[in-house]
Amino acid sequence: MTGRIAAFIVERSYLVLAMAFIYLPVIVLVLFSFQDGVLPVPPFDGPSLRWYDKLLGNERVLSALGNSVLVAVVSAFVTTVLGYLAAYGLSRSPPRFPGVARFLLIAPITVSYLIIGMGLLTTFNVLGIAKSLLAVGIGHVVINLPLAFAIIYSQMNESHRNIDAAAHDLGAGDLRTMLQISVPMMRVPLLAAFCLSATLSWDEFIIAFLLSRFEVTLPVIIFEMLRAGLTPEVNAAGTIVFAISLIVILSAAVALLARRKEPA
Amino acid sequence: MRPGGGSLVRWAVYPALVYSLVFFAMPFLVMVAVSFWQRLRGRLEATWTLANYEKLVSKDYLLEALVNSVEVTVLTTAVSVLIAYPLAYVLAYRVSARWQKILLVGAIIPFWTAYVVRAYAWLIVLSENGIVNAGLLSLGIIDLPLDLAYTRGATVLGFVHFFTMLLTLTIFASLIQIPEHYRMAASDLGASPIRVFLVITLPLSLPGVAVGAFLTFVITIGDYITPQILGGNTEVLIPQAIMLQIARAANFPMASVMSVSLMLVILAVYLASARYLRMDRI
Repeated sequence: MTGRIAAFIVERSYLVLAMAFIYLPVIVLVLFSFQDGVLPVPPFDGPSLRWYDKLLGNERVLSALGNSVLVAVVSAFVTTVLGYLAAYGLSRSPPRFPGVARFLLIAPITVSYLIIGMGLLTTFNVLGIAKSLLAVGIGHVVINLPLAFAIIYSQMNESHRNIDAAAHDLGAGDLRTMLQISVPMMRVPLLAAFCLSATLSWDEFIIAFLLSRFEVTLPVIIFEMLRAGLTPEVNAAGTIVFAISLIVILSAAVALLARRKEPA
Repeated sequence: MRPGGGSLVRWAVYPALVYSLVFFAMPFLVMVAVSFWQRLRGRLEATWTLANYEKLVSKDYLLEALVNSVEVTVLTTAVSVLIAYPLAYVLAYRVSARWQKILLVGAIIPFWTAYVVRAYAWLIVLSENGIVNAGLLSLGIIDLPLDLAYTRGATVLGFVHFFTMLLTLTIFASLIQIPEHYRMAASDLGASPIRVFLVITLPLSLPGVAVGAFLTFVITIGDYITPQILGGNTEVLIPQAIMLQIARAANFPMASVMSVSLMLVILAVYLASARYLRMDRI
């Protein structure tokens, strides 16, 4: 009996310690973004919004924020469309080498972002293509496509094919079947793939750093700010990036749960 | 006619395949080619040579960067598994369904902290006047602040934090798939709890450990930010060495050699663990 109580205490303590470890940097980051002093270290002398004020008064930060949103939304849209088409094609009419196709679609997930970014940078350099936000977006589609494809593909099953066949029998063409039958049925995984791709692009650093030059994204600006050392301004920037990611992910989760409860 | 045998259905897979070929496979091959080229008077020359690879092996600092990277990555992966496994175990078997849901969501939320500032947040914790030193000083445990930041330990800690979250999820996913009656049958037949764990639970949860550990390895060994911010100038890891070649000298052949070597290390680890991973089942 005492053994059980001891085990219970050990388990609960471990749980508390591990969660504290996971949350420590998050709490430190957010708390000291409201610091009034010039260093984000104890003692905490806020709350104050002065560093948010300073950050949002910076033209470069604001334009980077806009660039980040643009790259995230456009690259996530392209990723979702490509991923959906690939999943649709593979599940209905596999190409001659389905294994090779799936390998090629999934392979980028096993490669470091750094290597993908270096490959694109080297290629653009050899071909004389300039760095740009477009190049960053191209890289973000590469890294997110495996995930989007996997999410959408995993939700396509036999019943979808049968419903396709029914639509065809009733005289709907391929395009109409896809747009009016399959896409609405797949809206949950499509939304999940889009939101995940958008937040991963929004937060991505190394490819954005390697492939952009004059127009940069927010993580690149934050990295530049880091060189100045510890400052609550970086905490404020980090907190904003975190908050926006969280809002996108949580609203997607709420939308998904609400839809699941709807009668089919 | 087969259902959905129209041309649209047959061609739907190709845009993504072509995209992957053009922007993933081809750039990688270009990089491999450039690793055999030379840089003459600031321009790339397609003269095929092994000189870059010889330089990688002969210059101590380059080989050292590769060795440092492998050491940090192996240490990170091992420590992360050791911290995450008990957490995943407690979450899977030892808490009520309600708390399980709350704690899982709780363990996922910090994933979305901004990647560039995650390492920076640890700098605030570990710096000379940071949380840890301030706490220990005020408790009178130490008299002088400890040098915690800008060390290999700090780099590993920054990595371990992120991958503890990731591994907890992959191991948890494996653990909850093990049917409860396997464990019950074993203990009914007289196995002690430790024996049940070693014979049933641990082997059946290894796929989750393998997938998580592989992702940890790939992401850690290719990460530039964490060692750059937390590691200080004491040592250089391979991603930092690659970035130095690009930023200082625009030396694409050397950067390509190092990227290809990094890729070969990842490939070797993938092949060694492929039979546990089942990537094709994602």
